[in-house]
Amino acid sequence: MRRSGTLAAIVLAFACWSGPALALLPGEALGDPALEARARALSAELRCMVCQNQSIDLSDADLAHDLRILVRERLMAGDSDQQVLDYVVSRYGEFVLLKPRFNLRNAMLWGTPLVLLFCGGLLVMVVARARREVAPAALDADESAALDDILRR
Amino acid sequence: MVEIGHFALVLAFALALVQSAVPLAGARSGNDRLMAVGGPVTIAGFALVALAFAVLTISYARSDFSVANVWENSHSLKPMLFKITGTWGNHEGSMLLWVLILTFFGALVAVFGSNLPASLRATVLSVQGWIGAAFLLFILATSNPFARLSPAPIEGQDLNPVLQDIGLAIHPPLLYLGYVGFSICFSFSVAALIDGRIDASWARWVRPWTLGAWAFLTGGIAMGSYWAYYELGWGGFWFWDPVENASFMPWLAGTALLHSAIVMEKRSALKIWTLLLAILTFSLSLLGTFLVRSGVLTSVHAFATDPSRGIFILCILTLFIGGSLALFALRAPTLAAGGLFHPISREGALVLNNLFLTTAAATVLVGTLYPLLVEALSGDKISVGAPFFNLTFGPLMAPLLVLVPFGPLLAWKRGDVLAAAQRLMTAFAGALLAVMVTLLFVDGASVLAALGIGLATWIVLGALTDLAVKAGVGTAPFATVLRRLAGLPRSMFGTTLAHLGLGLTTLGVVGVMAFQTENILAMKPGQTTGISGYTLRFQDIVPVQGPNYTERRARFTLLDAGGRARGEILSSKRFYPVRQMPTTEAGIRTLGVSQLYVSIGDDTADGGLVVRIWWKPFVTLIWGGALAMMAGGAVSLFDRRLRIGAPARRRRALQPQAVAP
Repeated sequence: MRRSGTLAAIVLAFACWSGPALALLPGEALGDPALEARARALSAELRCMVCQNQSIDLSDADLAHDLRILVRERLMAGDSDQQVLDYVVSRYGEFVLLKPRFNLRNAMLWGTPLVLLFCGGLLVMVVARARREVAPAALDADESAALDDILRR
Repeated sequence: MVEIGHFALVLAFALALVQSAVPLAGARSGNDRLMAVGGPVTIAGFALVALAFAVLTISYARSDFSVANVWENSHSLKPMLFKITGTWGNHEGSMLLWVLILTFFGALVAVFGSNLPASLRATVLSVQGWIGAAFLLFILATSNPFARLSPAPIEGQDLNPVLQDIGLAIHPPLLYLGYVGFSICFSFSVAALIDGRIDASWARWVRPWTLGAWAFLTGGIAMGSYWAYYELGWGGFWFWDPVENASFMPWLAGTALLHSAIVMEKRSALKIWTLLLAILTFSLSLLGTFLVRSGVLTSVHAFATDPSRGIFILCILTLFIGGSLALFALRAPTLAAGGLFHPISREGALVLNNLFLTTAAATVLVGTLYPLLVEALSGDKISVGAPFFNLTFGPLMAPLLVLVPFGPLLAWKRGDVLAAAQRLMTAFAGALLAVMVTLLFVDGASVLAALGIGLATWIVLGALTDLAVKAGVGTAPFATVLRRLAGLPRSMFGTTLAHLGLGLTTLGVVGVMAFQTENILAMKPGQTTGISGYTLRFQDIVPVQGPNYTERRARFTLLDAGGRARGEILSSKRFYPVRQMPTTEAGIRTLGVSQLYVSIGDDTADGGLVVRIWWKPFVTLIWGGALAMMAGGAVSLFDRRLRIGAPARRRRALQPQAVAP
């Protein structure tokens, strides 16, 4: 009854925003530690849709609770991690993923660190090289002979 | 009474307009009288804003609910401390605090800037005036804290309970001192661009401001992190929340600025880059203010979401960032490039530091704004959360952290990596030992976790190595070492402390992320449970009545491995009836540098209580390290050359020395 309308969703969002979070409830965890570890890792990557920037692993909202159960059910049914994520995305949209997918639309997002580091590094190297050319050139044969001559005196 | 505050604010705006124009006009035309207007106007502006702030604070202390802002955010039963801190626990008040600090820093330049070239000082004050005028207008036009209510309500609506905490007294002021402190660096940069002149004395002025702002920002972010850790009840210390990112971006850019300003001051290289970085750092502070205050990003920090405010700040943002960058593009080519250096040198190391830090800042920026961008362009909603930042920020920081100990050991102009590496052999051996000990003796330690511990050890030992080498430990007798240590400049201790702090913070982060354990269960009074060698016994749960809340307080007894009682842990849930909101007061027990974190939930159907217990190894080092960084900044700030400031012309000629017979 409680989650039957927009009002309830707003109330939930409010409770979730302000309230203390106490995410995973006793009894939710799976018996198999390996499977449970995968469930926890997946939970950390899924957004609680009615909360403000919280993963379902951290959220106390009912929706997050339902999603945690859903993830565990899919894992019990033998889904791979990717299949679980795909399933949740098919139901809730890409907004649910806290780690955006690697695709063309997100190329700028994922590419920024690499491109900047590369271009920045290149720029530093080019500037350093350009500067070095300003540095005095090596002595030619005559000059070094003259220098040797002076030093030998 | 309240109207006095409002009038003072309007007057301050008028003075800010004078400050924006008159000293600058004087500087451009070489008119000393016009330039001299800058000082008194700035100081008077600060006094007026301080008056306005004091009036608002008094309204809060007196619970004057005829002021709409007080009515919305206060309650007569609230403890006095939270009445006062509530002044800035809301949109209007926090903007007023922002402007108060801005004008305070302007006044400091006016008072202590007598050794600056007159035209530079006048221009800097004018640029400060532009920022002040823009934000005062913002407050007056869209966020007036002095608006009245008639008839006055009998009782207020109370402050958001999450904010009713000592954290509100410390976190925003520190954060704003940092944010706004960078405005001085910005003003100096814009002034240098207007003047078309930049030299080492400019760097000597900018560096202490950068140091101060950076140290405050470090403290502010750390305090915010600890506050979230104990108040939100799930023991996280960093959430990559947009608002956290908003304060973290200026910190990253400011850290880069701090390092490039050293190069500029000591070697007068990287001048143009330092200038750009100063502009970018404050731009990121402004962006942070925009992100938080406009509410374009949903976040736990958004007190107010009002589109008109958002658009106003966006205009300020565009004006200042666009304007200063355009000025930079126009004037930077006219500035002379600085000194030369070999890539392998202290300067080279600092350039690398800047490369990684600015890339990290840009990554956080893109990650924070990308959902907005995608939604604006395609209408799709996507999320960018902690997993993205951990995956990109971590690998960007790791190489930088590996390189940190090398920097201070390289010589200026041309360094010797091999010699530096030799000196760091002890630190490297220590780090290797830490990795092996972790792998061998800690159950379930992954290779990555062990490497993380090794990295942290490497930074800590590397920082100490720098000091040891400079004091001649191992090569000189003990007395000489002590004498040398006493003779080292304070900025050197500052570097060591800050890098040491960085290592400690890394150790804390790795410790918690890799070795935290948790225990979630339903408990009944009398039951015990174990975590990380300790036993926790649930005694009972009692109701407690607070001044403006009711509380359910669970009492636990902590027993160590030998069964001896180690005291009580209290963990509670509060309920604030006025706002109808619950909060968690987690029970935290510090054991060494680690903490036991107990947080309680709802009752279960069979009469138990949901309890979550975490063992958080090394967690206090996260904030302890930040405190060390802050202390490093403070120690550096009191270095002799910064105390004395820019070189001034000698007032008197030296007395001719008596010639010895």
